[in-house]
Amino acid sequence: MRLTDQEKAILEGKHGEARRIALLILADLGELFGAEEMMDISQVHIDSSAYMVDAGLEFAERVSELGGRVAVPTSLNISAIDLKRWKEYRVPPELLEKCRRMEKAYLKMGATPTWTCAPYQQGMIPRFGEQIAWGESNAIAFANSVIGARTNRYGDLIDICAAIVGRVPRFGLHLTENRKAEVLIRLAGITNEMFGDKAVYPLLGFLVGEIAGDRVSAIEGIPKNVDVDCLKGFSAAAASSGAVGLFHIVGVTPEAQTLEMCFQDTRPKAVAEISPKMIQDVEQRIWTAKGDKLDLVAVGCPHFSFMEFRELARLMEGKKVHSSIAFWVFTSRTVYGWVKSSGMLKELTDSGIMVFTDGCPLQIPKETWHFHVMMTNSAKSANYCYSQTGLDVAYGSLEECVDSAVRGKICRRILPWRKHLKDIVSYPVNVKGK
Amino acid sequence: MEKTFKGYCVISGECEGKIVVTSQAISFAGGVDPITGCINDPRHELFGQSVSKKVLAFPFGKGSSATSLFLLELARVGKAPAAIINVRTEPILAAGAILSKHFYGKEIPILNLDEKGFRALKTGQRVFVNATKGLLTII
Repeated sequence: MRLTDQEKAILEGKHGEARRIALLILADLGELFGAEEMMDISQVHIDSSAYMVDAGLEFAERVSELGGRVAVPTSLNISAIDLKRWKEYRVPPELLEKCRRMEKAYLKMGATPTWTCAPYQQGMIPRFGEQIAWGESNAIAFANSVIGARTNRYGDLIDICAAIVGRVPRFGLHLTENRKAEVLIRLAGITNEMFGDKAVYPLLGFLVGEIAGDRVSAIEGIPKNVDVDCLKGFSAAAASSGAVGLFHIVGVTPEAQTLEMCFQDTRPKAVAEISPKMIQDVEQRIWTAKGDKLDLVAVGCPHFSFMEFRELARLMEGKKVHSSIAFWVFTSRTVYGWVKSSGMLKELTDSGIMVFTDGCPLQIPKETWHFHVMMTNSAKSANYCYSQTGLDVAYGSLEECVDSAVRGKICRRILPWRKHLKDIVSYPVNVKGK
Repeated sequence: MEKTFKGYCVISGECEGKIVVTSQAISFAGGVDPITGCINDPRHELFGQSVSKKVLAFPFGKGSSATSLFLLELARVGKAPAAIINVRTEPILAAGAILSKHFYGKEIPILNLDEKGFRALKTGQRVFVNATKGLLTII
């Protein structure tokens, strides 16, 4: 890789040890992926901010102590806990201490305390075509695909290196030619009624991730009026079942106004189809709960938007969370402020819902909460639920999460495309709420 | 009978060990327990099996961007795979091995084989991996 004089000086240690290590790691990555040079980036989103394992804390503290400071605007992903409401979140002292150390290290480096996995919905939103370096797989897929900004799938700790140097190797999804779709995925036989059920979008995303793997895909057949929160759930699921950094939705995402645009006037290397049966099957595959027992409903993976709170408040109107159920919502501090100002927060907490900021439904303190089964409207959450929390998981729309929380057991609506899940209490859509 | 495959070096290093092969992608974050080194994704065909100190062959990585962190943690506690064999290595997985080399001075060699070479690998075989030279030998 060709290095500038400035970069050579950094590698010689003339700009401090933190920048030297950061650039050394980035240069290795660049060599590996055939980059010819480094390039500027205008912002970074750091995924490594959540305390999960000691290596992450050791790295952050070391870089911070060595004088590492961010060179470009830098947002932070989740913390492992709610840093403000840690008492209600029953955070064990040792975990709290490690999360605080993590917070201290990143704030010392100059990162913005955004503490959210949906940085694209408020705060530091990149522009179309902007070259950025983001961590957090859902945010990467969203930024590339829905906004049309350009980032590779940067792994934890590489994101810190990028923030400190302010540059990354020029390779992968930063380059136009690599943003071309290789796989065409057609949706076949999925009715408007099915698209009306928001639970379908994360399942579609999950299937797209499985089909696409690490390739860029173009998806044909998604309604043009799909809302941003559905695209969020879709991105998160696709980036959890596959190594998806970028997808195109024909007629919806900015680099995909036409099929020709997606494929940059080449032919697809592979074509696949998604049928209603596949959606039914994937829902069964991510579902590990047996029977209808439930003790936790957790939504906000990725973090809840204001519009999602509005929908939740509408669904909860006049209802109370069942005494045997904990109902948690995770969001950013920014959205929390809006929800509080709007009066919705009081309505929701009065109905028995707990709203947390900063944290993540997959980082439940296991020593202090003893749940067995979680229900979620996120296919990403469902995918990692068992391996990250040890809980079994059930999946449904936000409406079904609310119904289940109110009744105290897993409930599903009977819809024409859902003929499975025999053990679960299901009820026809027209008598919901009874 | 020994058989050698020529591939492509992603992360240099060499090792000898037993190989564990899967045709399914792996996410180290949310897929491998960072304390035990066992696959903890219940939908994965290797569920419950340890990848620690094994030569681990899977076609490519997937999922969470914390995979680099989890691979680094496995290296920190001495539970990382002895080597990784992929068809393609994506940046997040490679990052874990690069970080491990520079931060803890621990090598996790990564070698890429083409699909034909990859398909010749069977769980339980003893292999010698020389990622630096891009070679894998079934002993």
